[in-house]
Amino acid sequence: MDAYITKIKAISERLLKDGTVEAVIGFREGTLPTMSEPCFIKRSDDVKDLVWNANCRINLANYLTNRKEKIAIVAKGCDSRNIVNHIIENKIKRDQLFIIGVPCKGMNDKDTGALQDNCATCTHRNPVIYDELAGDLVEEQTGVDKYADVKKVEAMTTDEKWAFFNNLYASCTRCYACRNACPLCYCPTCFVDESKPQWVGKGEDPIDVRTYHFLRAYHCAGRCTDCGSCEAACPQNIKVRQLTKKLEKDCAELFGWEAGLTLDKRPPLDTFSIDDPNDFIK
Amino acid sequence: MMKIINIDKQKWAGGVESLSKSYRLFGPVKDVDCHNFKELKQGEQPDLSYGNTKLSPKSVVFPPSEAMFTYSLDESNPEHHILKDVPKDYSPRAVLGMRPCDAKAVSLVRMNFDTPEYRDPYWMDAYEATTFVGLACENPCASCFCTSTGCGPYNEEGLDVLLVDNGNAYIAKALTEKGEKLLASGGFTDAGDASAVDAKKAAAEAKITAKIETDKLSEKVIMDLYDAPFWHDVAFACINCCTCTYACPTCWCFDIQDENKGCEGVRMRNWDSCMTPLFTMHGSGHNPRDKKHQRVRQRFMHKLKYFVDKYQKGIMCVGCGRCVQQCPVNLDIRTVSKTMNDYVAKS
Repeated sequence: MDAYITKIKAISERLLKDGTVEAVIGFREGTLPTMSEPCFIKRSDDVKDLVWNANCRINLANYLTNRKEKIAIVAKGCDSRNIVNHIIENKIKRDQLFIIGVPCKGMNDKDTGALQDNCATCTHRNPVIYDELAGDLVEEQTGVDKYADVKKVEAMTTDEKWAFFNNLYASCTRCYACRNACPLCYCPTCFVDESKPQWVGKGEDPIDVRTYHFLRAYHCAGRCTDCGSCEAACPQNIKVRQLTKKLEKDCAELFGWEAGLTLDKRPPLDTFSIDDPNDFIK
Repeated sequence: MMKIINIDKQKWAGGVESLSKSYRLFGPVKDVDCHNFKELKQGEQPDLSYGNTKLSPKSVVFPPSEAMFTYSLDESNPEHHILKDVPKDYSPRAVLGMRPCDAKAVSLVRMNFDTPEYRDPYWMDAYEATTFVGLACENPCASCFCTSTGCGPYNEEGLDVLLVDNGNAYIAKALTEKGEKLLASGGFTDAGDASAVDAKKAAAEAKITAKIETDKLSEKVIMDLYDAPFWHDVAFACINCCTCTYACPTCWCFDIQDENKGCEGVRMRNWDSCMTPLFTMHGSGHNPRDKKHQRVRQRFMHKLKYFVDKYQKGIMCVGCGRCVQQCPVNLDIRTVSKTMNDYVAKS
């Protein structure tokens, strides 16, 4: 993976120098051994600050929302899928972007150093959209069970599920790091921040905490790429992907859909199809 | 004179048991994968083997969410639309085993809640009900930088008792009358000897190598720093979550909310965070800090400049390192402070 950085720097320098882009979004070295910091490079002299390592876990598509400049962005598989989402959802234009694709073998958990849970079952390590690659494409994983944890919850009784989800969010402080690290969560005003009407209470009532998590997950249905930014960002190490994974699985089973793979199809939840598997909509 | 008590570790658990008869006890306990300060249940012991807690113990006097008043909107109720105090339990409480950095943070926060003009009744009543028992740090974390914030692993400011782990025993320094009373109430009466403390303190301090640079902050002109060009770069990575402000032992901001169910309501105050746009949203819809870099600037300017100038007591940071460790994008207050400290405005 370290070999990529030479290429990333060379591409970035070239693009900034020849004026193809006004800025490059990538990562620079962190102050902790297990962290890298997203950065915005505008001068070709600063390209030297760019790094690439297993701590580049935050999804950089998050930083593209509504930008107006021409931008180069360093994108691993999941970032590229969220860039596709962003283009489909009119949050950025394709012709504004120069995508530096980075074939990825996974990011490490910042606390344990082990491969992140989402990376362990990732089947889209290679960028799905790019202008230039920082390295040779890697072999995609096959035969992984992406939904083993979801199936475990599905097999639970109602009481067990209730206890499981109560427990899951018990330490949540509603710092909203999961929401703010998510490239999908770009609403100008999130429903939890609205006051007229106020959809959710702002105290510590567990019902309000769970309402936030459940509703946020629903807003990601058919859009989530399982990039794992939410879990990587959570300071309380809450497994927030438990909900989005279930919706990802439902979208795969009901609509044969995986988010962010193509610019040519509308996501299933923002379009109508006469083949829709649900009867209520017909 | 300061009393030194020797607490044999064999007698600690029994002493905690005795204390629980006269105090509500709060201590570090392990959740799933980290320690946090919780009110101890009957018979529960604080786990003093912890490194640092994920959240600071500020919640003991400043809960994340606290009911202030109740009211009724039911006009058939003769007392409708009258705010009524929520009964509170301000019986004696004690925090056992808090880190000296977190204790210093309490004394910094007090400057905000206890002024000649205003006394915040909720914070102050809880504060005055609390006896703060500290535990000196023997093994600071890699991200600790308390020695360069006017604090340190054996700092006594804000504490009533400082415990020093001395192998089979704790050396307990009673620093206030409140502290002496607590030790007596726990049955800790064996006279102790503090001669080992200085060497241990020096050893602990030597382990802290991370630093924050602040020496030139007070001489900077506020508007020079405010208008400095580096804020966009500093703020770029920030996702404007509340991780840093909630984890911070010195962040004291709160928001007031009314919540109704039917005609009955509660007025509560909740932790707030200057990182969120809502923090400064006006009723008119205008937001004076609607840009990310403005909010990030506010957080660092408050801690590292406004507070410094207003109180002349150094920075509003005790170097606990929580924000550094927990920030999802590695925004590091030490780097920002250095940038501010080194900044020279172009004339």
